[in-house]
Amino acid sequence: MKAKHQRLVLVVLALAALIGAALLASYALRNQASYFYLPEQMEADPPEVGQAVRLGGMVAPDSLQTMADGITVTFTVTGRENSAVPVRYAGILPDLFVEGSGVVAEGRLAADGTFVADNLLAKHDENYVPRELEGMSEHQAAEMAEETTVGLE
Amino acid sequence: MHGFANPKRFLALAAWLTPLLLVSGIILSAGALVWGFTQVPPDRLMGETVRILFIHVPTAWLGMGGWTAIAISSLVFLVWRHPLAALAARGAAVPGLVFTLICLATGSVWGRPTWGAWWVWDGRLTSMLVLAFLYVAYIALAKAAEREGVSARIPAIFGLLGAINIPIINRSVVWWNSLHQPPSITLGNSSIDGIFLAPLLVAVVGFSLIFGGVVLARMRALLADIQAEARLRRRAMEMD
Repeated sequence: MKAKHQRLVLVVLALAALIGAALLASYALRNQASYFYLPEQMEADPPEVGQAVRLGGMVAPDSLQTMADGITVTFTVTGRENSAVPVRYAGILPDLFVEGSGVVAEGRLAADGTFVADNLLAKHDENYVPRELEGMSEHQAAEMAEETTVGLE
Repeated sequence: MHGFANPKRFLALAAWLTPLLLVSGIILSAGALVWGFTQVPPDRLMGETVRILFIHVPTAWLGMGGWTAIAISSLVFLVWRHPLAALAARGAAVPGLVFTLICLATGSVWGRPTWGAWWVWDGRLTSMLVLAFLYVAYIALAKAAEREGVSARIPAIFGLLGAINIPIINRSVVWWNSLHQPPSITLGNSSIDGIFLAPLLVAVVGFSLIFGGVVLARMRALLADIQAEARLRRRAMEMD
């Protein structure tokens, strides 16, 4: 075996070990490295009441309501499955915050199961569409909403 | 492959290829940016800020491409001992870092109006920041290896090790819940409307040409450094 081949085998073995280690590490990090809980994750394995966490999902259509004080809003965040978490938030809504769009809420779970948000982040989906195409069919819009939660495993 | 390992032949090729890549890259990039900034309609949700796409995406890809080039060159250097491969890895480090930093900066500016935050610690953003730190470490290590006379194999090994971050950046939005959206462009599929996609692809080609030109220019400069040093050493020997 020539020295060149020896080095090649060595480097390939080292790379294979490295990739294996990285895959194992990312697998172990699967939950910890996630930026937020999905509603179904929050229902299945709820964080402690009062612990600072993030909740991410879709703002359910027709769920957004403004309270009598004019700044507190309530809405429902839904995930991929039929799970929903009610959210309460008092403050300025981000520009991209609309019903049927993605959102990440930072806050804590209250004892009654409501998620009290201190901060809202709008989640953009991977679709880039000019305004002219805005009048999409219902079906396309639903498809788009479905795709927004792709990757939110 | 051995044909290009000859520095003389490489220099003859790089002498006309460098300006060609740089000039065509600048023309294409400038054209794509003018097109993207003035001719493209605003996005349905993001409005005018969608135009950041034409800088953010090419720089992100080239930031990752730069490290991929470092890793491949390092492998070639470690296994086949090509002297030019070590120079290619070093040449790709600085433009790679610059593109990564531009990607982080434009992403931050884009995140404020769309998400409502300049920075969040989600998987994609964090792994991209790690890439920027890896570049800084690689540049420092390569400089030190050159100055202290340490083996050039040390930065090459680091270049290979750091490559593990590239698939992590790529998969971060699929493996973990993240605020950053999942990939818009996958093999043979795009959820970016054609009206945005066309200038974006031209910008990617243009930025890549600039990247290639800068790498060649830096390799020529590094070779010139080595030659100048060798000449100085020879002259010093003759004086003794």
